[in-house]
Amino acid sequence: MNGMPDATDNLDLLWVYLQQEPLLWLTATLGAYAIGHSLHRAAGGSPLVNSVAVAIAVLVALLVVTGTSYATYFDGAQFVHFLLGPATVLLAVPLYRNFNRVRRLLVPMLAALFVGSITAVVSAVAVAAALGASPETLRSLAPKSATTPIAMGIAEGIGGLASLTATLVIITGIIGAMIVTPLLNLLRVTDWAARGFAVGVASHGIGAARAFQVNQIAGTFAGIAMALNALLTAILVPLLVGWI
Amino acid sequence: MVHAILALLVCQLLGEVIVRATGIPIPGPVLGTFFMLGALAALREVPEALNAVAGVLLSHLSLLFVPAGVGVMLHVARIRTEWLPLLAALFVSTALTIAVTALVFFWVMRRMGLHEPEQRS
Repeated sequence: MNGMPDATDNLDLLWVYLQQEPLLWLTATLGAYAIGHSLHRAAGGSPLVNSVAVAIAVLVALLVVTGTSYATYFDGAQFVHFLLGPATVLLAVPLYRNFNRVRRLLVPMLAALFVGSITAVVSAVAVAAALGASPETLRSLAPKSATTPIAMGIAEGIGGLASLTATLVIITGIIGAMIVTPLLNLLRVTDWAARGFAVGVASHGIGAARAFQVNQIAGTFAGIAMALNALLTAILVPLLVGWI
Repeated sequence: MVHAILALLVCQLLGEVIVRATGIPIPGPVLGTFFMLGALAALREVPEALNAVAGVLLSHLSLLFVPAGVGVMLHVARIRTEWLPLLAALFVSTALTIAVTALVFFWVMRRMGLHEPEQRS
């Protein structure tokens, strides 16, 4: 034995330190998102290269390779996660700026919300049930278009798995952000309010994030759609659950 | 800037407190959005600092979903056994919901004569 710890010991100590502090996984989260963002740009801003999907894939690979648990990861990443709350409150800023337009379009909004919200719940459960998903999975799937905290609460209330719901909500968001532009171009819906509102109902905040990248008005309507659909889904799913 | 961030957190806090006290089924921050909207309506303008914070946070909104999304690693087993019904349901339902919502919105807007001339179809 000599007085100095050897290099492996030092590395072990370093790893222990890094695992205990939030800094490492907070940095990794931003780094992974930066990679996603660069790839998205390199692909000419194509919605099919989704920065959230890339970031999640990079991080999951990193956690699996280093044998790190999700709980340890989340200790660091929670600082990013926390900002979802203030960001939601900030939706008031574009909402205030476009208030007249929003008020004028109230009737089309409510009509689209009602039809869209029912479509989101019924079609997801019907397709999954037809393909043989378990009852527990169906119950976790039903609120998937609502924003995460609401969807988790709904799933819990009807006997689903809240944490599975959180994952399905995020995947729904990513799918919506990827397909909304080509799909609505195909259907020739050119109006920014209609486009934003649709992706907000189907794909909550991740849809709204995509909408804000494209157009301020689309983003504003996506934010409103997210809030309204959270409310309506919370009312609808417990009513429709008798079928599941 | 400090005032803008303080106002933001106060709105969220009020939202969370009211949601927990009353048990209404909406997230605290969503209720906080309405408080912020009320404050802006009273001010009759968006303060420059709040504008700056909104610009930064809303343009990178998708980053904020990454930590929750990494939770997918907890459900690898279920996704492996039920990947077909899950992926089919999510794809079909998301596409259908976007299409139906956009078309109903567009259709009602046109019928009411609210369609804006500068946005040609």
